[in-house]
Amino acid sequence: MKSRREFLKRAVTGAAIVGAGATASGAVLARETHKVPPGGLGLLYDATLCVGCKACVAACKEANGNPPEFNTVDQLWDTPLDTSGYSFNIIKMYRNGTMETKDAEKNGYAFMKTSCLHCADPSCVSACPVSAMIKNPVTGIVTYNPDKCIGCRYCVAACPFGIPKYQYDDPLGRIGKCELCVHRHKDGHYSACAEVCPTGATLFGKTSDLLAEARRRLALKPGEITTYPRGRLGDAAAPNVNWRVEPDQTYEGAVGNYQQHIYGETEYGGTQVLKLSGVPFEKVGMPKLPPYSSAAMSETIQHTLYGGLIMPVAVLGALAWIAKRNVKPEAEEENES
Amino acid sequence: MRILHHAKPAPVGGPLLNAVTLTAGILVAIMAAILVVRFFYGLGSVTNLNDGYPWGIWIVVDVMIGSAFACGGFSVAMLVYIFNKGEYHPLVRPALLASLFGYTLAGAAVIVDLGRWWNVWNMYWPWSANPNSVMFEVAICITLYILVMWIEFAPTFFEKLGMNAAKRRLSKIMFIIIALGTLLPMMHQSSLGTLWVVLGSQVHPLWQTPVVPLLFLLTAIIIGYAVVLFESCVASAAYRRSIEMHLLTPLAKVMLGLVAVYIAVRFADLIWRGALGLAFGMTLEAVMFWFEMACFIGVFLVIGSEVQRRNPARLFVGGIIIMLGGALLRINGFLIGYDTGGGYQYFPSLTEVLVTVGMFAIEVIGYIVITRRFPVLPREEAHA
Repeated sequence: MKSRREFLKRAVTGAAIVGAGATASGAVLARETHKVPPGGLGLLYDATLCVGCKACVAACKEANGNPPEFNTVDQLWDTPLDTSGYSFNIIKMYRNGTMETKDAEKNGYAFMKTSCLHCADPSCVSACPVSAMIKNPVTGIVTYNPDKCIGCRYCVAACPFGIPKYQYDDPLGRIGKCELCVHRHKDGHYSACAEVCPTGATLFGKTSDLLAEARRRLALKPGEITTYPRGRLGDAAAPNVNWRVEPDQTYEGAVGNYQQHIYGETEYGGTQVLKLSGVPFEKVGMPKLPPYSSAAMSETIQHTLYGGLIMPVAVLGALAWIAKRNVKPEAEEENES
Repeated sequence: MRILHHAKPAPVGGPLLNAVTLTAGILVAIMAAILVVRFFYGLGSVTNLNDGYPWGIWIVVDVMIGSAFACGGFSVAMLVYIFNKGEYHPLVRPALLASLFGYTLAGAAVIVDLGRWWNVWNMYWPWSANPNSVMFEVAICITLYILVMWIEFAPTFFEKLGMNAAKRRLSKIMFIIIALGTLLPMMHQSSLGTLWVVLGSQVHPLWQTPVVPLLFLLTAIIIGYAVVLFESCVASAAYRRSIEMHLLTPLAKVMLGLVAVYIAVRFADLIWRGALGLAFGMTLEAVMFWFEMACFIGVFLVIGSEVQRRNPARLFVGGIIIMLGGALLRINGFLIGYDTGGGYQYFPSLTEVLVTVGMFAIEVIGYIVITRRFPVLPREEAHA
């Protein structure tokens, strides 16, 4: 009985020391959710301007060299039902009742763009064990490097928006996701989806500019006439990039009946792609998320326990000291038995 | 260590080819055939994996549960060498052997599941390392632990091969190896739970908690003891050996003590986060939660009393119940309680199941071959 009590005592003491250490260092190290970098690039998608033409879906396929995906019997058109390893951008449709009014929640219909939001503090980047998924420190664009990727699909599991997807049908399958057409930037081209959008529903630009534009629209009265830019908004300066000169494509149109909510302004600690909608965001497939990233919690735990390898080395030292007392070298053991 | 007189380990002997190894061999051959298809036609050709469930049973069962079931060596070694319970020494080698196989195969199972396995060297390439990634920590730790376990187990091979000098030299630094062999599993078994923290609200609140590393660590140690109970009973029955009841009865009591701690931590966390209410809804998650908890609570009905713990059949059942509970915790968090919200479904395909079965079959063959030919199990006294 005595030895059992001693055993439990030791176990409890040990656990208490480790626990106390973890809590104490945790209070110091807990990391905040990262913020969008000042030069962060992104998109503004305004569902009230979207006409559902899906030119952006086709342009995205072409820009990224992705094959069509068939989901109809005749197999004539590219018809992805969700983003996939081969479809990085799709337009989803909301339908309700008679579908009479655009952007109405009841008896209406609406569109919603689904593509990577380029989080300020992306889970996929935190999760990736081999730095195949990284966030550019200047532009904030989250890019994927297939030459490093081991295909573990932790990024697929981690993303709260379900964005990185894997190509399960290919023995050499890759992860597929929007990279804001970063491969076209050197030729002065920005995101293909924004470049082809006929109504300016998808705009490319600096996230801070896009946020100002979104706020401007939300401040207007529904039905009022205002000007809408198309394509690229503002300078959107990026290192070593000279954007192609385009003619002014600004046009005048009526202000939509917005939800007073800029999706991505606070969600998950902020995203570089922002969205406006006439229908509540949850109804059009955008998840309700806290204003912080799970990556912050995950990394806080990780670095509390393993930061600088302080805890592991301390515990190893203690264990080695105890083990040395309890384990006898070979020779002694032979003599005793 | 108290001076104890244990029977020295000795090979069990007997034929290597029998009904069990033959059956296991066929299962391994089936697995090999399926894996050929997987490597030529992609993961989708043999699995039901999809973007809503990018991890299936190859990860959750073969790796998460497989490595937890392989915690016997760690749990018993910790008891013997750290808590100085020398009387359990005869259990160390067989437990370590099972761990060695469990972990080596968990490592192999990861490769099979990796979509771009030829890039796996990046995991050990300093310019690719991401210390923020929980999986990076898990991978490095498990790799090191497999190495450490082979060193820990090396004396068995040295004995068989008559390499006494090598054995003696190794025994001088064995305490460091043992310390590492205790630390590394503590690190990665807890981190296997931390893996789902970054999944955020996609994991049901009954499982998504910042204390998940502690839950995984406790259950890994508990499962370690449960596996020893299970395995000792199976080895005794299969090899017609006497059961080490004088060791298993008190070991079961140690296990129950830890189970009580685990249950207290689990419920304290649920109450503290205000998530316990979700356990009383009519949802699949709630039902699965109670199945999981029923195992940890129910084991007290099976081996709660000293009299019950003297019954080998009860220890065997108690071991299985705890293994099931630990397995359910992992399945519930990673599969049942995981939802990306895209309406995705996942149920493993037959070929997926057969690969998992094949992985466990390799373990059975390996255990039989090594215990029959190498000094692992304590030498049986000549029986009447």
